[in-house]
Amino acid sequence: MFDTLKSRIFQGKQYIEDIKNAPMRDQFRGFPKLHSGIDCSGCEEICPTGALKTNPLSIDMGKCTFCGACERACNAIEFTNGYKLTASDIEKLIVTPESTYEDYLQSAVEVKKEIVKVFGKSLKLRQVSAAGCNGCEMELNACSNVNFDMGRFGIDFVASPRHADGIVITGPISDNMAYALEDCYKSVPNPKLVILCGTCAISGGVFQESSKLNREFLEKYPVDLYIPGCPVHPLTFINGILSYIQG
Amino acid sequence: MANWIKTTNNSRINLGDIPILSIENLREEIIAVNKRPIGFFGKDWGFGSVRLFVLLADDENSEILVSSTIFKSDEKSYESLTQVIPSFHIFEREFYEQFGIEPLHHPWLKPVRINQDKYPFFEMEGEEVHQVAVGPIHAGVIEPGHFRFMCNGETVYHLEIMLGYQHRGCEELMLKRPSNQLAESICGDSVIAYNTAYSQVMELLKGIKVSNRAQLIRKAALEMERMAIHIGDLGAIAGDIAYLMGASVFGATRTLVINTTLEFCGSRFGRGFVTEGGVNFDLTQDKINSALKTLDKVIKDVERMTNTMLKNSTVMSRLEKTGVVSMERAKEAGLVGMAAKASGVDLDSRFDYPDKWMKELKIERKSFNASGDVNARFKLRYKEILQSYSIVKKIFAKLEEHINEPIIADGVSNKLMKDSLAISIVEGWRGEVVHIAMTDINGELSRYKMKDPSFNNWYGLALAVRNNGVSDFPLCNKSFNLSYSGNDL
Repeated sequence: MFDTLKSRIFQGKQYIEDIKNAPMRDQFRGFPKLHSGIDCSGCEEICPTGALKTNPLSIDMGKCTFCGACERACNAIEFTNGYKLTASDIEKLIVTPESTYEDYLQSAVEVKKEIVKVFGKSLKLRQVSAAGCNGCEMELNACSNVNFDMGRFGIDFVASPRHADGIVITGPISDNMAYALEDCYKSVPNPKLVILCGTCAISGGVFQESSKLNREFLEKYPVDLYIPGCPVHPLTFINGILSYIQG
Repeated sequence: MANWIKTTNNSRINLGDIPILSIENLREEIIAVNKRPIGFFGKDWGFGSVRLFVLLADDENSEILVSSTIFKSDEKSYESLTQVIPSFHIFEREFYEQFGIEPLHHPWLKPVRINQDKYPFFEMEGEEVHQVAVGPIHAGVIEPGHFRFMCNGETVYHLEIMLGYQHRGCEELMLKRPSNQLAESICGDSVIAYNTAYSQVMELLKGIKVSNRAQLIRKAALEMERMAIHIGDLGAIAGDIAYLMGASVFGATRTLVINTTLEFCGSRFGRGFVTEGGVNFDLTQDKINSALKTLDKVIKDVERMTNTMLKNSTVMSRLEKTGVVSMERAKEAGLVGMAAKASGVDLDSRFDYPDKWMKELKIERKSFNASGDVNARFKLRYKEILQSYSIVKKIFAKLEEHINEPIIADGVSNKLMKDSLAISIVEGWRGEVVHIAMTDINGELSRYKMKDPSFNNWYGLALAVRNNGVSDFPLCNKSFNLSYSGNDL
């Protein structure tokens, strides 16, 4: 009993108070900043997922694994520690030399009144790992730990799709998971959200050329949010959801 | 010609030097040698024939034995090894699934990664026997897999585990487009282990020498990965017995470790840290000092919390004698790594196949009082966290001696040596991660084989839950914390 209390006292307060303005370490590779006017022909081959295009210069954050290989090879590319990467439109994920992080924050997530009204105070999500590598899964679990404490905003992961307001998909969606994923989606009552979490879910990432994937689900059903990252940082996830449901 | 070619960990051999025996002969040899399988896989050998490569680990002598046989296009079966050495069961199933060559009289030739929906599960009949089916999507935020419990009331008779939902064709992808980024995405909780094994295999095939400094940094990263995941798992075990204090404290403590990794390389799980030829990020003295300070606090927190938990009788009553795997069973099923060690089978490739650093840094094997239950796996994690911390400290001190070395080898070529087989075993936090790469006559990658420790250990989980209450399954599961994606590839 006293030991437990002692442990508790040693811990103090662990939660991040202001999650919307939480600082991020400089080393984190987040929103890319591109500089035009530098010759970077040949750099395209460095990118393992085809996220980097050099003519004209752009990075597709939906394909990018934020590995930093292009940054090390080329002066035209620089990863900032901007971690609010969520977009409601897949086209918005493409970053060009004209894009700035400030603009992105303003425009990437389109806030809809009805979403804010229905889900603004409580959003229960069912997570489906469709061939995710356990990277995003661990980070989503971390969202609910004492540091990030996503539950205080009314956002939680629930055990049954019947209790959920939407599904969060991680992984490139293997053929073997395609049926279960669709089944789960159908079990969620309307209205429901679909959130793609992580580079694999958005584009297939490093697995996009695999013959064992089946991404038909994404053609059949509308997607509400795209949250890039490899894996997605808890702050990216929580802020992404908040920007959509709170506006 | 001898029946086996002997090699060591992190080595390359010429394909031409690997003996080719008849299957009968090879089978007899495997039984006579009676060592642990770490590789048992086929490769198309032209004109419909298949060459089967067998790699056995001789842990006592730090050697790896390699041999092979060729099945002609009309040879579609052989007498299975599993009947004699049970630990081959999963390897033979995989070989059958990939190449259609049937191991005759295999006791349970069921799918590994495909056709889950067509598989008739093992069933028992009786008035009080019932089935509990779970998955592929589980209640928590974890990877998918299907579990089928045969129960009598609350007691589990048998658990059948059906995996493969995560199958992404990683072995084929490795041939198509090998990269560090792919290697670290195969199993996202063992990023450093996978990426190091991949890098070492490629370095062997390309003849690249990695500087001492880079080797040390890789090693430190690997031990920090072990610490982080083990701390997280202590928290998860605490969570599963509803000891929320433990779940919170360990959760917050793990954050400190992975944020230290983030400071090192920009990713909480070490993505982008390791690369072919070395590492991408150097550890400056500032970073090392701040890491040491953080890790020191981490260890104090972990010690305090673990000891508090172990003194608590309600905690102990849940951990002790739950999910027992006896040493005999662990050996038979061929468990590896942490799960095996908790049952008294002391396998650890860091010590079984030591590199020069183990001696130079005076890192010694610690004995462990193994009882095979959840308690043992809990305590073993704690012990490994302490050991990893002491290794990390030694490595950080050693780095000062190699201050001016490059962290990455210059002029990394893309040319692979022809007709070779390279093998690298890295002890990830779960156990041995084995990567084997082969090149053809043109110096192109022709086969890439990976083996995650989970591949051996899933069956151990099935054994552990026998005769336990079905409600103890989550606890048993967390105490192993096996990888779905590493198994399914």
